[in-house]
Amino acid sequence: MTKITLQRGLAIAVTLGLLLLVFELVRRKRLSERYAILWLVAATTLFVLAVWKGLLTSLSHDVGISYPPSALFAVAIGLIAMILLHFSLAVSRLSDQNKVLAQRLGLLAQRLEKAEERSADARAAPVPGKRSALPDHSEAEAEAPVPAQELSTRR
Amino acid sequence: MRRNLAIVPAFNEADSIAPTVAAIYQWAPDFDVLVVDDGSTDATAHRASKAGATVLRMPFNLGIGGAMQGGYIYALEHDYEVAVQVDGDGQHDPRHIYELLDHLREDPELNMVTGSRFLASSGQGFQSSAARRAGIRIFSSLVSLITGQRVTDPTSGFRMTNRRGIELFARDYPHDYPEVEAILLIHAHRLRSCEIPVLMQPRLTGASAISSTQSVYYMVKVLLAVFVGLFRRRPIEAGDRPAMAVEHAL
Repeated sequence: MTKITLQRGLAIAVTLGLLLLVFELVRRKRLSERYAILWLVAATTLFVLAVWKGLLTSLSHDVGISYPPSALFAVAIGLIAMILLHFSLAVSRLSDQNKVLAQRLGLLAQRLEKAEERSADARAAPVPGKRSALPDHSEAEAEAPVPAQELSTRR
Repeated sequence: MRRNLAIVPAFNEADSIAPTVAAIYQWAPDFDVLVVDDGSTDATAHRASKAGATVLRMPFNLGIGGAMQGGYIYALEHDYEVAVQVDGDGQHDPRHIYELLDHLREDPELNMVTGSRFLASSGQGFQSSAARRAGIRIFSSLVSLITGQRVTDPTSGFRMTNRRGIELFARDYPHDYPEVEAILLIHAHRLRSCEIPVLMQPRLTGASAISSTQSVYYMVKVLLAVFVGLFRRRPIEAGDRPAMAVEHAL
C-alpha cells in the first residue's frame, strides 16, 4: 500500500466524516431523504476522489491542474454550488406555497367571522321577520335564485 | 348585492385607512370595499372594519403582490364583476373610480383600465420625485415597446379590471412590485388594457413603502422579471402551485 500523506489522510477523514454525518442525520430522521441524496452524492464523490489517488491525479492532469488537491477543491465547489441552487429552488417553492396558505387563511378567517356574526344575529333576533338582518343574503336570493340543477353539479 | 369591489391593500395605515374607506363609499357608492390588511401591527384592520369595510387579514406581511392577489381571490370567489385597486394611503382619489368604470363599460373588449398621473395636463397633481420619474420613464418605454401601445404610467397601482382580469390575477399575480409585470401579464394573455388621466395626491401619512436602497432592488427585480418574461413562450399557469382559488370557485 502506498504511503498516505497527511493531506490525503485529512481529506479522507473529512469526506468520510461528512458521509457518516449525513447518514446519521437521515437515520435519526433529522434530514429528509430528498435533501440527503444531493449531500450523499457530493460526499461520496469527494470520498472516492480522496481515496483513489490515481483517479484524482489523472483527472487533474487531464484538465491541466498541476496540484491534484486543487482539483478536489474544484469538484467540491461545483457540487456545493449545485446543492445551493437546489436549496434556492426549495426556498422559492416554499415561499410560494407559504403565500398561498396565508391568503387562504386570511380568506377563511374572514368567512368564519362573517358566519359567526350571522349566527349571532340570528340568535339575538329569532323573530320570523329576521330576514331584514341579512339584507345582502336575501336580496341575492331574490335576484338570482340558484337553479337546483346547478347545485347538484356543484356537489 | 353589489357587483363591484374596491380592493384596498394596507400595511400599517391606521391613520389614513378610515378616511380612504369613507371617501370610496362617498364617491363610489356602488362599490363594496375590501381592505386587505397585510400583517399590520397597528389598528389598521380595526379602523377599516369600523369604517364599514370588509377586512381580509393576512397572518403576516406578504408584500403588496401577495396581498393584492388575496383581494383578487376574494373578488373571484364572491363573484364580483369589477375590481378596482385603491391604495390605502390616500394617493388614489376615489373620485376617479367612476371614470375608470365608464371606460371599462364603454369598450367591452377592454379588460383593464389604469389611472395614469402622467396623462393629465402637464405637472398637475402629485408626480413623484425626479429620480422616481426617471425610473418610471425607463419602465414606460420598455413596457410600451413590448406591448406595442403607449403606456405612460406602468407603476400606477390605481387600476380597474373586469371579470377576466380578476380571474387572471387570482390565478397568477407577481410577487413584489407587481404593477409593471401585471401589465405585461395582461398583454401576454391577449387581454386589453388602456390608461386614462388621473390626479394623484401625495400620501396622507407615513413613508413610501419603497426606500432608496429598495428602489435599486425594485429596478433590478422588475427588469429581470420583464426580461425573463420575454422568454416564456406561453404565460405560465403559476408552476406547480395548486390553483386553489380557481378550483374552489369551480
